Amino acid sequence: MGSQLPAIIVLAPMFGAMFVALFGNRDHRICFPIVVASLLVSLFASFAAAQQVFTTGAIDYFMAGWEEPIGIGIHLRIDSLNALLLILICTVVVLVSFFSIRRAGDQHTEKTPQFYILYLLLCVGLLGISITGDAFNLFVLIEVSSLTSYGLVAMGSSRRGTHAAFNYLLMGTVGASFYLLGVGYLYLKTGTLNMQDIHTILQANEAVRDSNAVIIAFLFILVGIWIKMAFFPLHGWLPNAYSYCPSTSACILAPLMTKVSVYVMIRVMIGVFGVEWIFVHLGWSHLIVWLAVAVILAGSMLALAQREIKKMLCYLIVAEVGYMVGGAWLSDPNHWGLTGALYHILADAMMTLCLFLAAGVFAKRLGAIEIKDLEGLFKKMPVTSVAFVIAALGMIGVPPTAGFYSKFYLIRGASEGAHWEFVAALLISSLVNAVLFFRIFEIAFFGNKPAESYGHDDHHEEEETVKVEAPWSALFPLVASAAIIILLGLFNGPIVELLRESLDNLPSIVTTQAD
Amino acid sequence: MAEFFQTTVHDHFNYWIYVILMMIGLWAVIAKKNFIKKLIGLSIFQTAIILFYVSIGVKVGASIPILHHDDHVEHAAVHETPHGSDDHKVDHKVDHKADDTHAAHDDHGHGHHADAHAVSADLIANPLPHVLMLTAIVVGVATLGVALALSQRIFKEFGTLEENELLEQLKGGNVDG
Repeated sequence: MGSQLPAIIVLAPMFGAMFVALFGNRDHRICFPIVVASLLVSLFASFAAAQQVFTTGAIDYFMAGWEEPIGIGIHLRIDSLNALLLILICTVVVLVSFFSIRRAGDQHTEKTPQFYILYLLLCVGLLGISITGDAFNLFVLIEVSSLTSYGLVAMGSSRRGTHAAFNYLLMGTVGASFYLLGVGYLYLKTGTLNMQDIHTILQANEAVRDSNAVIIAFLFILVGIWIKMAFFPLHGWLPNAYSYCPSTSACILAPLMTKVSVYVMIRVMIGVFGVEWIFVHLGWSHLIVWLAVAVILAGSMLALAQREIKKMLCYLIVAEVGYMVGGAWLSDPNHWGLTGALYHILADAMMTLCLFLAAGVFAKRLGAIEIKDLEGLFKKMPVTSVAFVIAALGMIGVPPTAGFYSKFYLIRGASEGAHWEFVAALLISSLVNAVLFFRIFEIAFFGNKPAESYGHDDHHEEEETVKVEAPWSALFPLVASAAIIILLGLFNGPIVELLRESLDNLPSIVTTQAD
Repeated sequence: MAEFFQTTVHDHFNYWIYVILMMIGLWAVIAKKNFIKKLIGLSIFQTAIILFYVSIGVKVGASIPILHHDDHVEHAAVHETPHGSDDHKVDHKVDHKADDTHAAHDDHGHGHHADAHAVSADLIANPLPHVLMLTAIVVGVATLGVALALSQRIFKEFGTLEENELLEQLKGGNVDG
């Protein structure tokens, strides 16, 4: 039983989707229990797998026992790099599934089963992306998650959502095709698709390692993944897609899609090409860190310019992607940058989840689309506001939250790798986040009324202010995600230790200052 | 000049075509205003990649990888490089009658049974890229299906499939009709 864990993690939601497809149309009420049950199976399986990974070492699972590398096979691998990510994905999707109870059929009630089928298949795709050890299967799973997310984005009643989904589809498909092309070049040079085998061959065979085709392969893969993670010049699809889709879709896509793509980039860097090849042979570290700096600043500034809550959060995601890409490329000797990036994947996913859940609640309960609509928020929905504040403080980087520690590790990596521009960008971005969120706090606490109308309006408002707190189905995921943000922060030591287990074996990068 | 033509263009003919096709597709996706034309571009783009993969698997003079299956042979697997190096011996006879439609893995069989049946890997095309492309074609068809469904919905909601007309409508105020 224990040895089947990797398969169970991926297949449980898939079977869940089949059951929803079979029985969901007859009675919509049966969908939710199936969804939660299958996702909980995945969650527990990923916990068990993580425990196994951290006690006995990485799990390699070969579907149907095709053990030897025969070029193509289904190789699932759980190691310390992705064990926590699997738990994170499962946690997020379980929490969002609670949020979806009331909101799944928000706009199209008759489509509840279809929504849940897409939802579960998206989980299959995301979990598969994180767990697979095969470069081509990764492409297929990226497309599984992308196709479902196009559907989820287009499910709303907004016309803009449909248009955004179409643009997302064009960009996403081009991105995935670039990735596929890169894998093709890698296959051409190494003759295998298994990530570990590619890594071994690249390490062993110098002629292959130094060939231009491998660099081209890496470039294609990198650009493909960057499109998927909305790295700044390629981010065009993200803001519209995430702000005009139904709130449940936004809550599942915003925390996970970009973060899982960042994980894919890190996995490709460490697990396929190897840090030595990336940082020493290729030596693009400076270029990409500067690019990330530009991304962080541009994302923050664009966020500052937005008036709609969700649009603002979307540009914050773009900036956060810059954190992680920059962190991963810091090439500091002890890989603190990579650690920070991996930790930030966890932290940022939770913060984004919490913020988007809150934004969904605001939109539903208050009809608040723009920031100025949030007047008197704290009186109207205290619990939601508190969760929102915690996530916002995390984004700013206030100590007990996870956001502080991820910035701490990123800055540690940046200073050890002597990338001071990245440190500056992180600090500026934190300041911008502070401005952004304190602007919201101010409106939410003190209102936004012009001074002259106070005397009259105040009295009127007192009567009007009624608590419109969100239902428990929204409060539970909100409070849970806020709690996890703090827990991730408090237990950052052990979590980072777990994350570093896979990084400790990496060769230390000495020649960071090559040029 | 002739030599240059021979080595860079003629010998890599497929690859030139794939790059040209890919650029045509990408240009259509970016520059065309009509959504259906964009999708056609996207399909050309994906097809170019399929051409690339299929070109990888080509071996001049090689046959299709359908093999005669001997019951006593055990299958052990090795790396199959796309160009099929000489030290690979496939321990099966090529069976053109194809009465035995075996999965693509079988031709990777290698090993201890270097018996009389041994067939050089040079005589058999590498099936793996083709198998991959079957999957990629399926993915492409699924993408196209979703995209067509979306464009149908765009047409229902906006009454047009031209991007500039659509953007004008979005600018024109009535955001969610």
